[in-house]
Amino acid sequence: MAPVVSDSATVVVENVSKAFRLPHQRVHTLKERALHPFQKGRHEDLQALKDLTFTVEKGEFFGIVGRNGSGKSTLLKCVAGIYATDVGHIFLRGRMATFIELGVGFNPDLTARDNVIINAIMLGLTPAEARHRYDAVIDFSELREFEDLKLKNYSSGMYVRLAFATMIQVDADILVIDEVLAVGDASFQAKCHETLADIRSRGRTILFVTHDMSTVENACDRAMLLERGEMVEIGDPERVARLYDQLNFGHLEAKQEDKGRHGDGSALIVDAWAADELGERTSTIERNRECSIHAVVEFQERAVDPVVGLTVNGQHVRFLFKTSSLRVTESSGSYEPGERVELSARFRVPFAPGRYDVTPWVSHGRGDRQLMDHREALVPVTVIGDRYDAGVVEIEHETEFEHLGTSVAKMAK
Amino acid sequence: MRRAAAVPDGHGLVEMTGPSATSGDWRRFYHLTRTLAVTDFKVRFYDSALGYLWTLMKPLLFFGVLYVVFSLIVRVGEGVEHYPAMLISGIVLFFFFSESTSKGVTSVVDSENLVRKIHFPRMVIPLSGVLTNTFFLLLNLVAVLIFFAIDRVQVRLTWLELPVLLALLFLFTIGVTMVLSVLYVPARDIKPIWEVASQALFYLTPVLYPISLVAERSEGLAQLAMCNPIAAIIQQSRHAMIDPAQPSAAAAIGGAPRLLVPLGILAGTFAFGLWLFNRMAPRIAEEL
Repeated sequence: MAPVVSDSATVVVENVSKAFRLPHQRVHTLKERALHPFQKGRHEDLQALKDLTFTVEKGEFFGIVGRNGSGKSTLLKCVAGIYATDVGHIFLRGRMATFIELGVGFNPDLTARDNVIINAIMLGLTPAEARHRYDAVIDFSELREFEDLKLKNYSSGMYVRLAFATMIQVDADILVIDEVLAVGDASFQAKCHETLADIRSRGRTILFVTHDMSTVENACDRAMLLERGEMVEIGDPERVARLYDQLNFGHLEAKQEDKGRHGDGSALIVDAWAADELGERTSTIERNRECSIHAVVEFQERAVDPVVGLTVNGQHVRFLFKTSSLRVTESSGSYEPGERVELSARFRVPFAPGRYDVTPWVSHGRGDRQLMDHREALVPVTVIGDRYDAGVVEIEHETEFEHLGTSVAKMAK
Repeated sequence: MRRAAAVPDGHGLVEMTGPSATSGDWRRFYHLTRTLAVTDFKVRFYDSALGYLWTLMKPLLFFGVLYVVFSLIVRVGEGVEHYPAMLISGIVLFFFFSESTSKGVTSVVDSENLVRKIHFPRMVIPLSGVLTNTFFLLLNLVAVLIFFAIDRVQVRLTWLELPVLLALLFLFTIGVTMVLSVLYVPARDIKPIWEVASQALFYLTPVLYPISLVAERSEGLAQLAMCNPIAAIIQQSRHAMIDPAQPSAAAAIGGAPRLLVPLGILAGTFAFGLWLFNRMAPRIAEEL
């Protein structure tokens, strides 16, 4: 029986629960079963989804976020009809296409043309529709000249483009997407997001699993945060993204093996990030462009004149660059528990292309400057650029190169 | 808010019932099965210059070996009318069964990539595999006809029985493939077990010997052998297609009513396969 929902509800999930049986030792052969007949009962139930209920409206771009193992992919596979639910019901309105992976069923021994048609049929088109839309697919992927090439001769970038084009042209009412768009280069990703926005504007509904909070904040209409199979939050994407970050950092705090973290805990680094020249969070910055690094500290105990700092380390060289609130003021004031401060540093990236990380820290003011919190390499940053003949730090300089003639000693010989 | 079922936009809310053996749209089921079977067929020919000939070579070479051994050395075929025609047609029919099932055992696990990533009726997998082999069977039957011509087998009206026999063989093959492919998911030693069982079945089926040879020793043993659906099908094909002097399946088993045994086994295997596959289909993706 269909549930009572609004007319525009497109995906309705009602009280869905799902558990996986995890045998302690997976029995895969009859021999093992015959040798250990009583071991059958030894297994653990892993509750992957607990009593989830939510509705996605027509035309929504709905983000599902959560840490690894939170159940988001399981939920997606239940909605997609790949896993059966234990309890509860899922209702869909219209045709659904699943993209757990791009190019499922692609066969390397067949040509692009054959593969597109097969893939489209797998995704729900009839053979006639698939053939009809083939031209649109190949044009979108810009691979017309390679259409008769076998897929095994395709580069991975071409492969992804072809798969994405097929997915877009299948034109289902509901798209269920599992992080497949995390592949490909930056321009491909930009095209993906542009296309998804376009699809949504045509009234299609998109369910989207992602780890990328900037996508959640920028693209999603609503989002949901899962943790251990339970819904923690649903609604405003920005709030969900913030909660997700907190959950991640909170989780790191709880981890005892959190290496490189020390301090007495009277203040905690609750967030740290790098941003590009527009202020967007990023982990990739370009050499010679403006960037900024940030740290947010929350005081747990009363603190007087604390010092917040940021250190940039390279892979082989430590303390490439260090700055702190002392540059701003020696006496930063006093803070009550729960109060937050942010330190940010803006600069033009002088580092050579490569991997770096940023370590935020906060210490007591005056006296011994004992550390309250220090989180080694919390923010990994990749610097990209075109010069690879440079040292670790690029200093603005002038280069001269001239011919000096022959040395006197050599001339004497 | 109101009952969603009454929504007038053409799309009602439809419950997603999760993975199953045959769920949903029959048209999609048909398209998927056909597409997968045709693709498989194509892929096998793509890179080989001789293409189809290789598929034909296997039964032909096997025929050559068996013919030399059993008509010149062991002399099973001595004095049997149309022995070459009987041998090649038996081999082609049995090969359809053994190739389909041995490929079928691992088919569901081999398609892990699809099973874990797309929603589609799971039955498509074993079915499309058997379908691909059916294409080969039909091509091979053309070669068999050439043998018939060389062996001067007469065209008779009873040849019309062939489609029925092929349909029965097809159903039995599907039934066995369904059972094997779904059991292989939790129990991987099904594969070696089936390899042995399939070998044994070959010798228990009157392919390289006429059933009369068994009947001479023991009438009962011959009748028992006929309980095997493939044996009954092959024996009937010999009677209908090659030599009316060969006993029909009914005659070999000792009366038409007794044919209910092989037919029952056939129907039972098919029904059991359908039931088992249906029952296990929803969990296949998780168990892989």
